[in-house]
Amino acid sequence: MIVDLPNTSTAAVSKRLVKLRADTGAMALSRVLTLLVVVDEADAEEAIEVANDASRQHPCRIIVVVAGNRRGAARLDGQIRVGGDAGASEVVVLRLYGPLAKHGRAVVTPLLLADSPIVAWWPAEAPKDPAADPVGAIAQRRITDAARSTGTPRSVLKRLASAYTPGDTDLAWSRVTLWRGLLAAALDQAPYEPVTAAMVVAAPDSPSGELLGGWLAARLRCPVSLARSRTGSGIISVRLERASGTVDLVRPLDGNTSVLRQPGQPDRTLALPHRSDAECLADELRRLDPDEVYEDALRKGFAAVSTSRRTAGEAVRDGAAPSPAEAERTAQRLRRAARMAGSSAMVDKMPMPADTADSEAVRKAAATKLAEVKERRS
Amino acid sequence: MSPARVTADQNPLRDPRDKRLPRIAGPCSMVLFGVTGDLARKKLMPAIYDLANRGLLPPGFSLVGFARRDWADQDFGKIVYEAVKERARTPFREEVWRTLAEGIRFVPGSFDDDGAFDLLAETVAELDEQRGTGGNHAFYLSIPPGSFATVCQQLERSGLSTPQSGSWRRVVIEKPFGRDLASARELNSIVENVFPADCVFRIDHYLGKETVQNLLALRFANQMFEPVWNANYVDHVQITMAEDIGIGGRAGYYDGIGAARDVIQNHLLQLLALTAMEEPVSFDAQGLRLEKEKVLSAVRIPADLAAGTARGQYAAGWQGGEEVVGYLDEDGVADGSRTETYAAVRLDIDTRRWAGVPFYLRTGKRLGKRVTEIAVVFKQAPHLPFKSTATEELGQNAVVIRVQPDEGVTLRFGAKVPGAQMEVRDVTMDFGYGRSFTESSPEAYERLILDMLLGEPPLFPRHEEVELSWRILDPIERFWEKKGKPPEQYVSGGWGPDSADEMMRRDGREWRLP
Repeated sequence: MIVDLPNTSTAAVSKRLVKLRADTGAMALSRVLTLLVVVDEADAEEAIEVANDASRQHPCRIIVVVAGNRRGAARLDGQIRVGGDAGASEVVVLRLYGPLAKHGRAVVTPLLLADSPIVAWWPAEAPKDPAADPVGAIAQRRITDAARSTGTPRSVLKRLASAYTPGDTDLAWSRVTLWRGLLAAALDQAPYEPVTAAMVVAAPDSPSGELLGGWLAARLRCPVSLARSRTGSGIISVRLERASGTVDLVRPLDGNTSVLRQPGQPDRTLALPHRSDAECLADELRRLDPDEVYEDALRKGFAAVSTSRRTAGEAVRDGAAPSPAEAERTAQRLRRAARMAGSSAMVDKMPMPADTADSEAVRKAAATKLAEVKERRS
Repeated sequence: MSPARVTADQNPLRDPRDKRLPRIAGPCSMVLFGVTGDLARKKLMPAIYDLANRGLLPPGFSLVGFARRDWADQDFGKIVYEAVKERARTPFREEVWRTLAEGIRFVPGSFDDDGAFDLLAETVAELDEQRGTGGNHAFYLSIPPGSFATVCQQLERSGLSTPQSGSWRRVVIEKPFGRDLASARELNSIVENVFPADCVFRIDHYLGKETVQNLLALRFANQMFEPVWNANYVDHVQITMAEDIGIGGRAGYYDGIGAARDVIQNHLLQLLALTAMEEPVSFDAQGLRLEKEKVLSAVRIPADLAAGTARGQYAAGWQGGEEVVGYLDEDGVADGSRTETYAAVRLDIDTRRWAGVPFYLRTGKRLGKRVTEIAVVFKQAPHLPFKSTATEELGQNAVVIRVQPDEGVTLRFGAKVPGAQMEVRDVTMDFGYGRSFTESSPEAYERLILDMLLGEPPLFPRHEEVELSWRILDPIERFWEKKGKPPEQYVSGGWGPDSADEMMRRDGREWRLP
C-alpha cells in the first residue's frame, strides 16, 4: 500500500504511520533498526528496491531522504509504503525542497525507531566525511559505496581513509567477502608457508580490487601489487606467492565460476558469483559494530599496495599474474571431464532413474565400474 | 618487515574480529549411504546445495552416493537435482549447480558386496586425484542401525576408515542410537571400533536449530533471566513435542520402538539438559558436554512410575478436516500392539538449583498441532496486594521458548485490563525469530553438516550423553513393558490421553495449551 502525503509535516507522517500499523494488525512487526537512505531523485527508486530486498533479512524502518530542488519555498512531500510495496519493512520517502533540503537530519529525527540502531546508507555519492555529515553523525553505522562515488577509486578510498571513524563501512568491501573467504580457506591448508608477495588483477574502476589488495597487505605483511585489467571487468585474479609455488584464484571475465590452482593439487572450480547490492547491504546490516578489519585494509593496507605500471595482459605475459584465458580453458576441461551432464536444462530433461533394485544387476554394475576405474587410474 | 607467519593454527587472513569471513570447510567429500531414503532426499541433498550456494563448501567438494541401485553417475545426479529443485531453501543458481554436479559420483552396491566397497575406495581415491579432496572424507550413514555393523566393517576392510596423516575420515550417524542402554553400547562399540570417538558425529537435528542455540543465548547472555532460573522462582517446566501426523508408512520402524524411545530419549532430554544445565565455563564442545552430562546424571525418575508417567495410543478421529484411522488400524502395525504413540513423564533434577521443580516431558503423534516448545512456568507472586476478585484471571508467569514452528520466545505476565476496575489478566509479549532476524534462517541440517565438515563438535551429543539418557529411560520402559497397563487410547487431533492430564492434576498442575 502506498500513501502519498504531499506538502506535509513530520508529525503528520508519524501519525499516519501509527494509524496504518494499527489498522492493519498484520504489519505489527518488530523492527530491528532504522535504515536512513540519503539519495538523489534519480537513484531513489533503485535504492528503495535494494533496501526492500535487504529488509527481508532485517526487518527495519527505511527512511529515504531525497533532496530535491534547493530553490523556492521550503516544502516536505511524504510517502509511506507498507505491506507488499515495502518488503518486510515500512518505507517512508521524504522529499525535501527549498531551504529544507539541507536539513535532512531535522526531518528524520522524529521518525527514528526508539531504542534501536540507526544505519545510514548513501547508495550513490558518499559525503566527504561520512561521520561528520549531519545524517551520518546520528548513525551507528555508515555505509558508503566507493564504486558509485565520483572520482577514481583510489582518490575516493583515500578520502574515506582519512575521514574514517569506527562504524564506517563500504559496499565495495562487502563485495569481496567471498574472495576473502576463499583465500583464507586456501591458507588453512598445508603447506603452512608465509606468503612472500601477492598480486591482484582488477579493473581500474574497481575499489573492491584496491580493498582486497589492502586487506592482503595488512594481514600478510608482504608486498602487494595491483595490475589493471579492462575497465568494468571487476576483480579478475589474485595470486599469492609462497616458497612452494603460487596459489592462484582466477575468475575469468564475466564468469561466475572461478578456478583455484595450488601446487601439488588438481585445479578446482567453484561458483563465485558477483554479489548483488541487496546481498551486500543485507550483509552490512547483519553486523552493527565497527569493522576493524575494514579499517586495517583501508587505512594501513591500502596505502601499502603498489599499483603496477603493467597492464593485466602484460602481467600475464611476464608470468606475474595467472592467465584468465587459461583458467577458462581449465574450467571447460574440468566440466568436460565430469561424467555427468552438468547444465540444469539437460538434467531437467532426463527421465527419473528406475527406483528398483535387483541385487545381481547391482553387483554386476559395481564390478564393471570397478574394472573401469582401475583401468582409468592405472 | 617480515611476512606474517602461517602455521596450522595461525592463519594471518583469519582474524577473530573479522566476523564477515565465512568458515569454509577444507577440501573434502561426503559419501552418502542410503540416498534413496526420505531424509537424504528431503533434507540432506537440499542442505548440501544450500551450503554450496552460500559459498561454504570447499572448491572441489564431491558428493558420492551409495545405494543398491543400478544407476550411473548421472542418474544419481538427477535424484540430487530433483531434491534440490523441490526442497532447497536458497534460490537455484546454474553456476552453483554446475560446480556441484561436477563432483557427483555414484557407487552401485549392496552392503555385503566387497566389490562395491572396493569401488567406493577407488572412487574416493580418484576424487583425491581429480578434484583435490585431499583424502578427507565423511561417511553419512543414513541407513537403519541394523546395517551399521556391516557398513563399518566394510569401511574398515576396504581401508576407507583409516586416514593418511594430515587428513581425516568421519562418520555421521542418526538417531535412534540403540533401543536401550545395552543396544546403544553395542552400537557404539561397533562404530567406535572402526572410527575414533572424536570422528563419530551423532546427529540430533534439534541441536542444529537456531532456537535451541538461542536458548543458550537467552540464558547466558542476558542478565534478566538467569537470576530467576531456579527453584526459588520456577514452579515447573513443561517440554512438549507434538506432531499432528501419524506414523505414516513407518510402521516397520515405529512399532516396538514407541514415542519415548523415538523422541524423549534424544530430543526432549537434550532440550531438558540445555534448559536445566549450569553455565558452562566455555562454549566449546568440552565445556558444553560436561554441563549437559552433569545435569543428565542428576535426573531422577518418579518413585511411583504408574503415577509419574502416562502413555497412550491414538485412536481414530478427525484430525483437522480429515478423518484418520487409529494406530492399531495402521498398515504394518502388529495386532494388539502395545507400542505407545504418546508418552509423558515427570522427571526431577537433584541439584540445588532445581530441587522440587518437576520437569514434565510429553510427546505424541496425531495431537492437536505440530509444535515443540519449552515452557518455564513461574510460581505465583508470594503476595498479591489486590482484592482476590482482581486477580481471578491471572495465571502463572511463564517464559516459553518456541522451538518450532514460528520460532521465538513468549513471555506471559499479568497486565491491568483497561477500565475503571482494577482487574489483572494474562497477556503475552512475543519475540518472533522471523520478525526480528533473517526470514530464512539456515536449516538445522545445513548447520550440522557444515560443523561436521569443519570438525566442530559442540552441537553433537557424545556417547556418554546417549548412555545417560538411556539410563533415565530404561527403567521407565521396563516398567511399561512388565507392569504397565496397555497404552490408553486417545482421540486423534486432541491433546493426548486422560491419564496424562490426571498425572498433572495429581501434582496440582495442568498442561499448557501449546
